[in-house]
Parts: sequence; structure tokens; C-alpha cells
Amino acid sequence: MRGIFSKRRMTLLVLVALVAVLPLVFPSGYYYRVAALVWISALAAVGLNILMGYAGQVSLGHAGFFGVGAYAVAIGPARLGLASWICILLGAAASGGIAWLVGRPILRLKGHYLAIGTLGFGVLIALVLTSEAKWTGGPDGTSVARLAVANMRISGPTAWYWISGFVLVFGAWLALNLEDSPAGRALRALHDSEIAAALGGIDVARHKLWAFVLAAVYASIAGSELALFDGFITPDTAGFLHSIELVAMVVLGGMGSVLGSVVGAALLTTLPQLLTVFVEYEQALLGLIIMLAMIFLRLGIVPGVQRMLARSAS
Amino acid sequence: MDGFATMAEFLQFAFSGLTVGAVYALVALGFTIIYNASDVVNFAQGEFVMLGGMVTVAVSAAGIPLPLAALFAVALAVGVGVALHRLAIEPAHGASPVVLIIITIGASIFIRGVAQIVFDRQFHKLPSFSGDAPFVLFGATILPQSLWVMGGAGAIVVVLHAFFERTILGKAVLAAAANRLAARLVGIDTRLIMTLSFGISAAIGAVAGILVTPITLTSYNVGTLLALKGFAGGMLGGMGNPLGAVLGGLLLGLVEAFGAGYLSSTYKDGIAFVMILVVLFVSPRGLLGRRSVERV
Amino acid sequence: MSALAAENVAIAFGGIVAVDGVSFSVEPGNIFSIIGPNGAGKTTLFNIMSGIYRPGSGRILLAGEDVTGLEPHRLAAKGLARTFQNLQIFFRMSVVENVMVGRHLREARDLMKALFRFPSVGHQNRATREKARELLAFVGLADRADDAAGSLPYGGLRRLEIARALALEPRLLLLDEPAAGCNPVETEAVEGLVREIVRSGITVVLVEHDMRFVMRVSDRILVLDGGKKLAEGTADEVRRNPQVIAAYLGRYGSKEAARARS
Repeated sequence: MRGIFSKRRMTLLVLVALVAVLPLVFPSGYYYRVAALVWISALAAVGLNILMGYAGQVSLGHAGFFGVGAYAVAIGPARLGLASWICILLGAAASGGIAWLVGRPILRLKGHYLAIGTLGFGVLIALVLTSEAKWTGGPDGTSVARLAVANMRISGPTAWYWISGFVLVFGAWLALNLEDSPAGRALRALHDSEIAAALGGIDVARHKLWAFVLAAVYASIAGSELALFDGFITPDTAGFLHSIELVAMVVLGGMGSVLGSVVGAALLTTLPQLLTVFVEYEQALLGLIIMLAMIFLRLGIVPGVQRMLARSAS
Repeated sequence: MDGFATMAEFLQFAFSGLTVGAVYALVALGFTIIYNASDVVNFAQGEFVMLGGMVTVAVSAAGIPLPLAALFAVALAVGVGVALHRLAIEPAHGASPVVLIIITIGASIFIRGVAQIVFDRQFHKLPSFSGDAPFVLFGATILPQSLWVMGGAGAIVVVLHAFFERTILGKAVLAAAANRLAARLVGIDTRLIMTLSFGISAAIGAVAGILVTPITLTSYNVGTLLALKGFAGGMLGGMGNPLGAVLGGLLLGLVEAFGAGYLSSTYKDGIAFVMILVVLFVSPRGLLGRRSVERV
Repeated sequence: MSALAAENVAIAFGGIVAVDGVSFSVEPGNIFSIIGPNGAGKTTLFNIMSGIYRPGSGRILLAGEDVTGLEPHRLAAKGLARTFQNLQIFFRMSVVENVMVGRHLREARDLMKALFRFPSVGHQNRATREKARELLAFVGLADRADDAAGSLPYGGLRRLEIARALALEPRLLLLDEPAAGCNPVETEAVEGLVREIVRSGITVVLVEHDMRFVMRVSDRILVLDGGKKLAEGTADEVRRNPQVIAAYLGRYGSKEAARARS
């Protein structure tokens, strides 16, 4: 398992290969767009996986941080005259700061109580984004200035494919590094037994808090990317349904698996695109897919497949 | 403003708060019944409320008298509740609480999606049960339908209480909630009890939806927010405590009405969540929640 | 100075007194056992000593320092480790990773260095893994290091918990029924381990139901009954104590008492 073919390196290799090779088989520019959307969602999912998959702490309000990142690049350049890339960082810092402030009391909660606490928090962020129309454009959303670097405007699916692909690989690298470190082991340990982890000398509250902050920063950056890519943003990106989608990505792909989060994001992002033929049926089908996946693929796709492969190998 | 007007305003807010609170209380009660029987937090609870309203609207539009249409809507909601348990919750036996939560959220998205196809995306109204002429009490105007909502909620609580305390089946539900294994050992069919709980919860939700539609209107997507607020109400009262659920729901409705009236109506929908966060931060198991000791 | 001392420790849950004014002290390098019938308050006392419960009254002293009510992870930093009667294994991890978690306090834990994979992180991982393997060899699980923790048999899980606790390099080790559910051969292996651990300079406090085991290994024994201290002394003293005999005879019949005497 270790050495050159460690799980960490294999995962990275697969991701880099995917990002590099996929464009060779894209028949049209539309595919760049869908793939960029996948990489962006995957970044948020990889971050949420640190909190949910490693540490086992659910967040049903994570889209709130996604929204903070998205609105940071919408409001900052338009209202404060700041450069977009600075606003990405400011959004990430704000998300991390908010997570750090609310994290301690929220993460004291367990199980259903944690679920409702994070949910309520996420709904509040979405509500602020909807209500402060003077700044956010209200429920109808607001347009977002394109990203510009050295007076060059960066837009279009191809450019964003490579940007989001690179950021995803980088984010996955960080998450994989974390997994294989004292802090990562601490998170995975407290997932199974907080008491045993604490008596192993692990400051459980502190580790949960940092996982929450990291996950918030990932979501925020993903939100900024989506806003800059689409050029338009609505409060729905911070809403309850989007939070559920993010959670479903992590669980569907396989809790604790970075590659799983990417696979989950790919499925839940591309399916609605495929289903647009049945616009009317989109919601019903999405609900059905989530239900079926959770009932029959509880282990998650990637760990499930890995287990099957391991069985057939031995 | 003179004292009387202030008083009238206060009463006005209190009545609208209690009306909305009664609906939250019923949703919270539905949550609690399912949670006690099966440990599942059912986020599809709001969809039962939606079904109650929407199905009654559709059936009565087809010329069926309102009481019959309402009966049909409740029966249909019960059917959906039973199907939810048998087709989605039971097959996922042994899944973690988070997975079960996501399944019920998936179910709620599914039900909403189907409702959108079967009905439409418009808002719908039902006629008030006993006219729209408001009456005045100490300067506050009250809709007769408000009394229907509060009275209906009260009647449901009384009937449920009698069911749990007076009937063998009701006691079996309580026994299964207290200790599932022990209940099974004394011959209680806990599977049937769980299905029954989903059915009862669905019926309660549907009735709430029918009662409140003449006041608040209904559409295919009213369920989400109701589910969240009902859940907040149940959580305020302490998960698993039916009396707490009812009180939590009423309290939430009152705080919302007063908050919207005296502070800001923009953030009316946020009050529930601020409240619940504050309560959870102070007492991580809700106001009337059971204390548990960590066992290792 | 004693390695561990309890002074008038008491705790109640919802009006029911689980531990009622218990005092004792453990000499460094000793094996100190706590016995008593079910419900006597043994595990509750353990939970107080390891910071999971805060006692209603009384004090806990660790090497002379008042540590009453200190959080578990701070107690661990002061050199206390424990195992659990109801196993608390990290089932999502491999056997060796379970032990690696126990090295937490002995590792550099800079989050930024970990995220950006400074070379030191890789070196440290290798060193931690090496140390964990040594401990697994010590408890006889060397060949299972890379298996999933959940694949170990019951006795193996008990030894895995011991290895994880030792990874902390504690001064004091609390063992909560280390031989529970073990067959005679496994129990003998655990006994050998406990003796070995004490020989390496670690003080051991033990809760155990297997009387033969307790009588053989213990330097001193504390007998609890109904949350109160019934007796304390060497194995011989406890064996001859009429109150202890009465408690065991009265409640469990002659078989256990005879076993305690043998």
C-alpha cells in the first residue's frame, strides 16, 4: 500500500490524468462547461469530505460558505472596487473566520442536533443573501464581473476548465496530505470514538473546529469559482437544497474518500445536465436518484468498488 | 399610540402567532412520532402538509364536496407515509442517521417533484370552512379559520393523547419507542408500529395542511420551509418529547409573529433558526430534552 | 509520592449515588486492582479517573498534582492512558493506524506543514509507523498490522487497545477488564503483558472480573460494593477479609468465593 503506489499518490495520479486527458475526448465546447462545473462542485465536496468523511461531522448548511465565496466576488469588485482575485481570498478568509466563530458551539452538538444546527446556520446565511438586496441583488441574484489578470479577462469554458481542474487537483493534494498526517489520523479516529481519541491525547474540539474551517474555505473558493465562471449568482447557491446536494456528493461517492467526493460530484452535477431533456421531471428524478443511491450504495461508490476489486484480487 | 391600540396589536400578533404555531406544532408532533418509533428524522414531514392542501384543492376542484376531498387527501398522505416507510426507510435498515436523513430529504425532493408534475406550480386557495367574516376581540381581528386551525390542532393533540394512553395499540407504540428490543420480546410487532407511526404522522401533517390552506394558500413547494420550522419547533421542545414538540411549535409561531411585528418582517423566516441555534448553544439537547450520560 | 490517588471521590447520576466517598492511593510501579460485583462503581470510578466524568465531590491526584475534572486529552498529556471495557476501536482504520493514533502527543502536529506535506511529515509518519509496529509486536499482533482493525478477533482487539494506550508512553495505565471475553490462553497472554508493562516502569490500575488473574498479579486490591469502599489490601488480606467473603458469598454463592480463595 505504501511507497510509490500509496493511496495518496494513486488518487492524485488518477485526478491529474482525468483533468489532462478528458479534453481529448470532448466532442464540443459544451463538455468543457459541464466538466468545469464538475471540478468546481468536486472542490467543495473534497472540502466537505474533510469534515464529514474524515471527522464524521455532518454539515447540512455548507452551501452557506459556498454562497459567501460566490457573493464575495460579486460584491467586492462591483461595490468596493477590489480585484476579483483578492475577493476570492477575502471570501475564503471570511468563510474560515465565520466557521471558526460558530464552529465551537455548533460542533459541540452531536447527531441530529448537529444536523439541525448546521442547517439553521446555512439557512440564515442564505436568508441574509436574499434579504440584503441593496448589496446582493436580492432573490433574483446579481451579475458578477469576470476575472481579470493583468488586464486580461479570463472567461469561457476552456479557460475555466483548466483553472478549476488545477484548483481541484491542488485541493485534493492538500486533503490527501492531511489524511496521512497526525491531524488527519486524529480526525479519522474521533469519527469512530471521540472518547478513545481524547484519551489518546487528541484535542477533539480543536480538531473538529479546524476540519470545519478547512471545509468552509474549500466551499468558499468553489463558490467564488462558480460565480466568476457563470458571471451570475443567485441566493440558491447558498440554499438548503444545494447543501443537501453537497452532502449527497460526499456520501454517494464514499465518505472519507477524496476520489469518491469527485465521483459523487461528477454524478450529481452531470445527471441534471442529462435530465434537462425532461425538465419537468428533473426534481422528481433527482430525489429518486438520491434516495436510491443512499439505500443501495450506502458504502459509497468508490469504497464499494475498491472493496469489490480487493475481493476479486484475493 | 394609546394603551388600547397597543393591546390590540399585541393580541393580533399573538393570535396570528398561535395560528401559525399550531401548524408548526403539528409538523413537530409528526416529527416526534416518527423519531420515537424509528429514530428517523423525517425531513419529508413538510410534504405531508403540502399534500394535504394540494390534493384537497385538486379533488374539490373536480367537484367533490370539501369534506370528502379532505378525507381523500388525508388517506392519500397516509398512503405516501406508509410507502415512505416500507419502500425507502425499511430497505435502508441499519444505515447511519445521516444517511437516513438524506434519504428522507431525497424523498421530499421526489414528492415535491411529482407534485409539480401532477398539479402545477401555482398557488392555490381553499374556501374558509365557516366564512371569511372576521370578528373582533379586544380590538384584534380574528379569522374564523384561525379558530379552525387552533381547534383542529387541539383536537388532534387530545385524540393522540387518548390513543397513546387509552388504547392497547397506542401503548404498544409508546413501549416500542421506549425500548424497541424489549417491545419485540413481549410480542409487539415493531415493524407494524413504525409503519403505523409514519401513517399517523402523515395524517397529522395532511390535516394541518388542509386547515391552514384557506389562510396561507398552498403550492407544491410549501413543504421545505414547514419541515425545517417544524423540526426547529420539535428541537426546541427537545427531540422525542411530544408535549415539548407542541409547545416548541407554538412558541416558535409566537416568537415569529412578534419578531415580524415588532422587529423586522424581512428576517421573519430567520427567527426560527436564530432561536434554535441559541437554544442548542445553551442546552445542546433542547429545552425539554432528555439528558444522557456518555457510556463507555 | 503516589502515582495516583483518589480522595473522597463521589458522583451521583439523577439522584443515584454510583461512587460514594472512595479514597485510595496507588504506589508507583504497582499493579493496583479494583474489584467488586456488577454495579459496584468500578467503571464509573475509571471514568472519573480518566476525565470522562467530573466527580460531584472529592479530588483525583496524578503524581501529586490535582487533576480533578481535567479533560481527557489533558490527562493524556500528563501521562495517563486507558483501555475500555466496551472496546473503543477506530474501526475505519487499519490495525497499525490505530496504534499510530496513540502516538499523537509524541508527534509534531503543525497543520500547515501537514497540509503542504513538508518532508518532515513523511519522515515522522515512517517513524510513527515503525514505533507502532514495535508495539504491535510487543502485544503479539505484528502479522496483522495492515489488516482492517475490524477483522481482528475479540482477544486481538483487547491487545490492540493495550498497544494503542502504550503508544502514548504513559506513566499510568488504566486497564478496564483487559481479560473480559478472553479464553484461558488469551488471559494468560494478557497477564504476561501486564507484568511486562509494569516491569518497564508503568504503574497499572486494573478493573477485572477474573479473580484468579487479579489475585495473581495485584500488589494491592480495592474492593468496591454499592459505590463504597469495602476493603483494601494485598491479595491475601482481601481474601481473608470477612466482609469481602460475605459480600461475595451473599451475592454470588460459594463458587466465586472459593475461586477467590484458591
